[in-house]
Amino acid sequence: MTKMPSSPPAGGPELGADTMDLLRFATIGSVDDGKSTLIGRLLFDTRQLFDDQVDAISTASERRGLGEVDLSFVTDGLRAEREQGITIDVAYRYAATPHRKFVIADCPGHVQYTRNMATGASTADLALVLVDVNAGLREQSRRHICIAALLGVDQLVVCANKMDLVDWDKSAYQGIVDEMGSLAHTLGLASCTVIPISALNGDNVVDRSDAAPWYDGPTVLDALESAQAGGWASQHGLRQGNGGRLPVQWVLRQPGGGRSYAGMVNGGPFRTGDPVIVLPQGQYTTIRAIETADGPLPRAEVGLSISLKLADEIDISRGDLISSLEEPPTVTDNFEATVCWFHERPLKAGDRLKIKHTTRVTPVVVESVEGTFDVNALELLEATELRENDIGVVRLRTASSLALDTYKVDRITGSFVLIDELTIATVAAGMVGRPSLRT
Amino acid sequence: MDTAATLSTSRARPLSAAPAARPGQPGASVTALVRPYGHPLGHLDLLESLAIFIIREVAAESERPVLLFSGGKDSAVLLHLAAKAFKPGSIPFPVLHVDTGHNFPEVLDYRDAQVEALGARLLVAKVQDSIDQGRVADPGPVASRNRLQTTTLLDAINENRFDAAFGGARRDEDKARAKERVLSFRDSFGQWDPKRQRPELWQLYQGSVRPGEHLRAFPLSDFTELDIWQYIRREKIELPSIYYAHTRSVIERDGMLLAVSEWVSPQGAEVIEEATVRYRTVGDATLTGAVRSEASTVEDIIHEVSASRISERGATRGDDRFSETAMEDRKREGYF
Repeated sequence: MTKMPSSPPAGGPELGADTMDLLRFATIGSVDDGKSTLIGRLLFDTRQLFDDQVDAISTASERRGLGEVDLSFVTDGLRAEREQGITIDVAYRYAATPHRKFVIADCPGHVQYTRNMATGASTADLALVLVDVNAGLREQSRRHICIAALLGVDQLVVCANKMDLVDWDKSAYQGIVDEMGSLAHTLGLASCTVIPISALNGDNVVDRSDAAPWYDGPTVLDALESAQAGGWASQHGLRQGNGGRLPVQWVLRQPGGGRSYAGMVNGGPFRTGDPVIVLPQGQYTTIRAIETADGPLPRAEVGLSISLKLADEIDISRGDLISSLEEPPTVTDNFEATVCWFHERPLKAGDRLKIKHTTRVTPVVVESVEGTFDVNALELLEATELRENDIGVVRLRTASSLALDTYKVDRITGSFVLIDELTIATVAAGMVGRPSLRT
Repeated sequence: MDTAATLSTSRARPLSAAPAARPGQPGASVTALVRPYGHPLGHLDLLESLAIFIIREVAAESERPVLLFSGGKDSAVLLHLAAKAFKPGSIPFPVLHVDTGHNFPEVLDYRDAQVEALGARLLVAKVQDSIDQGRVADPGPVASRNRLQTTTLLDAINENRFDAAFGGARRDEDKARAKERVLSFRDSFGQWDPKRQRPELWQLYQGSVRPGEHLRAFPLSDFTELDIWQYIRREKIELPSIYYAHTRSVIERDGMLLAVSEWVSPQGAEVIEEATVRYRTVGDATLTGAVRSEASTVEDIIHEVSASRISERGATRGDDRFSETAMEDRKREGYF
């Protein structure tokens, strides 16, 4: 007989207003620290699971001879994942509370699936970190926290999990608090909250636990509901007070002649009449109109897909960038960047690849490997190559010039991927500039 | 950013907007929050904007894209977004309907009207043709043709040399779809390999493929069923009438209400019943179930969907009931 988890589902996903705010978060941590179980627990206890989904996971648990319902099956949906009890690729789940909508990226913990974890974390506002208190903070967890921090995820909610196995010993929890404290400081994170939980039993996940009377901080759900949400697209450009940037995706021909340039607004808003510069050409003009399918707008906010009509006839194609004049991006074909390397073959000086930056794809050569990042010592070590899943600093030279910002300033104009010319696979995630650490 | 790390341990209470009203509890109120950084876009604006961004990106990077259209609500939203992405121009790719031959007549009428209104070019790939050409075995006149669609779809992609196919799949539909990238790579056999998906970072949708391979692009990945209905309400998108409550002759089979038609008739002890129903999804008429519902407006449906205890596919799709990983198995073969 398969035992059901304690709290029964009731009610349903919330009736959402048309305009709720949205928090995107990624779960990170080492394999077997309980990430998928926590997400299953969170969804179950907030009554986000449908009855047929609960029935399906209890049947699946029973068929594998598990005594209890395995809540990790809520997100571990692939055949191979359920066989092995591990997460291979990111599962995206959606939840809503009266306060906000959540997009959850449940990421794998294995080293070999680091590229999938980076995929999930690259669009996150917050990382939900799972740490097994029995094992402490493993190297793999530190690696994932570092990657998340480099990707610009600067809010952490750390779950000290499996507290039931240490009889809710406060000193075990305090050990995680101390270790995370120094890591969070060095990585320059904006916030880091550590919560003692048992994902398996649901303690301090949605419902407050009596097991740790010494803890009166937030539950996991409290922490997620009170975190800073962004709609990640709005994050950097806007927070830094940058001017608008529009990487051109598509040229729309207007009836009766003329063109408009379609793309998504990044950075600060564009307004009709704003002077702009077209990069990398460096030609100046002004915005004649901002068009959408629903009609013209006087002002276009960050994150909106629009098209711009310009005052002058200029040769503009996909891959060019229209920028406001306030601190426009730098135009260069030679720059330093932090990369996470995902390929079995190491990355070395002299390697030729393709780079996709905003809407432009161009050949690129690795001029030099400047160093590799040691996730334990949190420093850059000298290196001549980057091996699979390494994070390092490289200098790149591109065939055509790019209009770029540092990643710290803007996640869109400061990010890129590297593409293998032969297999056309995505082999690296790149961020313009060096990582900034406080030692 | 160079702000000091704050480590809240035991003392700090979160600056929560409201006390702990829990979802699903009576009295839990719905409030629109003031958005951070004064962001003026709500979640529907962000979902729409990202979908348009993805559609433009794929259209720009692929040589021969196509949009897969079933006449269901998700493909209706997808087509609407494709039209918005290229306005005032027309949609720069054709629309493909994979026709099982087991259709609801209302849906075919709707398909033709929509495609004509948008000035798009419609291609129809018929499962019946695949059967006639011996590409797939004939399962008999009344059996489901759901799985056979895969061959028809892949043949149409090969014949037309499509290198990107837009689909209306959403990640909240199924646990295998929850794992799939927005741009999902298919090898020259049309197969999806869930263990070897391309990294997909930020908004850098990398869509290059080699000859014979293709992409599936899912611009609605982050929409939930409720988002779809809210968006349909906001954009006043027309849908086939069968999505709204109507009276229909049905029989109950395997816990589903199936419409009596030329392919579905009572077997054994099954009895025909006149019921007030609507459809939550639209698929092969032989195994898409109706749900009992009085919801006759978008507003009613939004309330109904919000309170539902059964998932969309769980309530209505016989094709997902074959096994625990029915969707993953079909997707591996090249299904939508």
